[in-house]
Amino acid sequence: MSDLNKLGLAGARDALRKGDVTSVELTEACLSEIEGADALNAFVHKTPEIALERARAADARIKAGDAPAMCGLPIGIKDLFCTRGVPSQAGSRILEGFLPEYESTVSQNLQDAGAVMLGKLNMDEFAMGSSNETSVYGNAVSPWRRGGDDAALTPGGSSGGSAAAVAADLCLAATGTDTGGSIRQPAAFTGTVGLKPTYGRCSRWGVVAFASSLDQAGPMTKSVRDAAIMLGAMAGHDAKDSTSVDLAVPDFEALLTGDIKGKRIGIPKEYRMDGMPDEIETLWHEGAEMLKSAGAEIVDISLPHTKYALPAYYVIAPAEASSNLARYDGVRYGHRATLEAGDGITEMYEKTRAEGFGAEVQRRVMVGTYVLSAGFYDAYYNRARKVRTLIKKDFEDVFAKGIDAILTPATPSAAFRLGEMGQADPVQMYLNDVFTVTVNLAGLPGIAVPTGLDRQGLPLGLQLIGRPWEEGDLLNTAYALEQAAGFVAKPEKWW
Amino acid sequence: MSIDESTAARVAKLARIRVEEEALPALAAEFNTILGFIEQLGEVDVEGVEPMTGVTPMRLKRRADVVTDGNQQDKILSNAPDAREGFFAVPKVVE
Repeated sequence: MSDLNKLGLAGARDALRKGDVTSVELTEACLSEIEGADALNAFVHKTPEIALERARAADARIKAGDAPAMCGLPIGIKDLFCTRGVPSQAGSRILEGFLPEYESTVSQNLQDAGAVMLGKLNMDEFAMGSSNETSVYGNAVSPWRRGGDDAALTPGGSSGGSAAAVAADLCLAATGTDTGGSIRQPAAFTGTVGLKPTYGRCSRWGVVAFASSLDQAGPMTKSVRDAAIMLGAMAGHDAKDSTSVDLAVPDFEALLTGDIKGKRIGIPKEYRMDGMPDEIETLWHEGAEMLKSAGAEIVDISLPHTKYALPAYYVIAPAEASSNLARYDGVRYGHRATLEAGDGITEMYEKTRAEGFGAEVQRRVMVGTYVLSAGFYDAYYNRARKVRTLIKKDFEDVFAKGIDAILTPATPSAAFRLGEMGQADPVQMYLNDVFTVTVNLAGLPGIAVPTGLDRQGLPLGLQLIGRPWEEGDLLNTAYALEQAAGFVAKPEKWW
Repeated sequence: MSIDESTAARVAKLARIRVEEEALPALAAEFNTILGFIEQLGEVDVEGVEPMTGVTPMRLKRRADVVTDGNQQDKILSNAPDAREGFFAVPKVVE
């Protein structure tokens, strides 16, 4: 078999079990693609020795007839996940040199399921960004380009390295994390599938924290089926995360029938934004038609507090970040500034954090500090938490009326040029998350599915939002959409 | 609500991030842009609405109050920028 790196999880799994290919062959194919793809800056810490060792172990397991769900499948891990003995920097200078003595629950679950780690993937610093431009490693670059134009585009963020690596076939799939859209937006920008599970479905233990009430890990894959397989391996109750849910993990793949007859799909009118490009509007309309043709009922719905989701998010997420990132003090791990004679502990904290954090992280930590400070706590933080209650209630109301899933655009545009947003004010960049952030605030599962290309040949995606804990049903609706859309475009190799 | 340079300096101090004097005007301007954006929340009627504490209604699990972990001083200290004699080392805190 040739081009083994181009396989998805399901295809590679079936080939492994039939004995058509070995995990070592799959892994070597990916490692050689990674070696030739430094221009994408997706893999920032490569772990070929670990990969080949795990591939050999997986081949032995398969031979012995003991092949769990991800056995022998080579994947990339976002730098936000702590991996034992392997750099885990969250894309930040402040964690330079940090070698975790432990493994995150999600990456451990994947390892237990037989997955092979190829290395760590680029990301925005502490997952704060929508373009992968805040990373200490430099920009990750999308394998996609506009037709007839070789300007470098963003793969999206914060899971930009994961999206670029999956889209460029450097790995079969990758882990991502999503606090405001960081799985779904990069998936939409790169023509890949990205699933943010229900809050609590995947353990947060060992994942570097950004905003703990919003953070959730999920799979980034080449197909909906692959997302079902990988979510099953990542998810599960974990006593080490008190917000991890103690619910059985269904066989998500077995739920992919493609039958969505009688399902009620909501189209929220508040997601029709002023100035939204025609192409996005058309894509959305076509997606609804596809689901209708597959037997679903399309229902107009209202989520009245949508407009306030982004401002609420930009209070709650920075507030939680300012608290979580207080741990980077130059004492226990990571960077410590060189001190001058006479510097005390306060100077050590202040210099360490000024050197270790990039501009966007500093900005958010300080905004969070401000909204939590005496005199502003009620006006900003408590008010935002009340608005969050209302946003969640919007969704509960439509689900109570029998809506099974909600269809929206995934992003307000196709991928933009790296550097294009650099001069804009920070709020312009935040608007990228306008369709995705509500889902985090409400703790719901959401998935981005590629359904078309824009005039310039760049991928566009739609988002489906499901009921809590019903990722199986959501994946099945996404599967029907994927089948109907028949998206098969791949970036032309230039790197 | 407008943030001036002295407020920006105070916030930076609270956040324990050193910001040079000349960077304060730009920082204050950025804060104002972001806070201007958040101001919209003032339009929402939140009368009688409970602030959200956890997005998933669930009772936190309990367990016996016993030691379940420990005895790994070397591992805890392995990433410290400065560790001596089994402790984290920091600049002098008390004169």
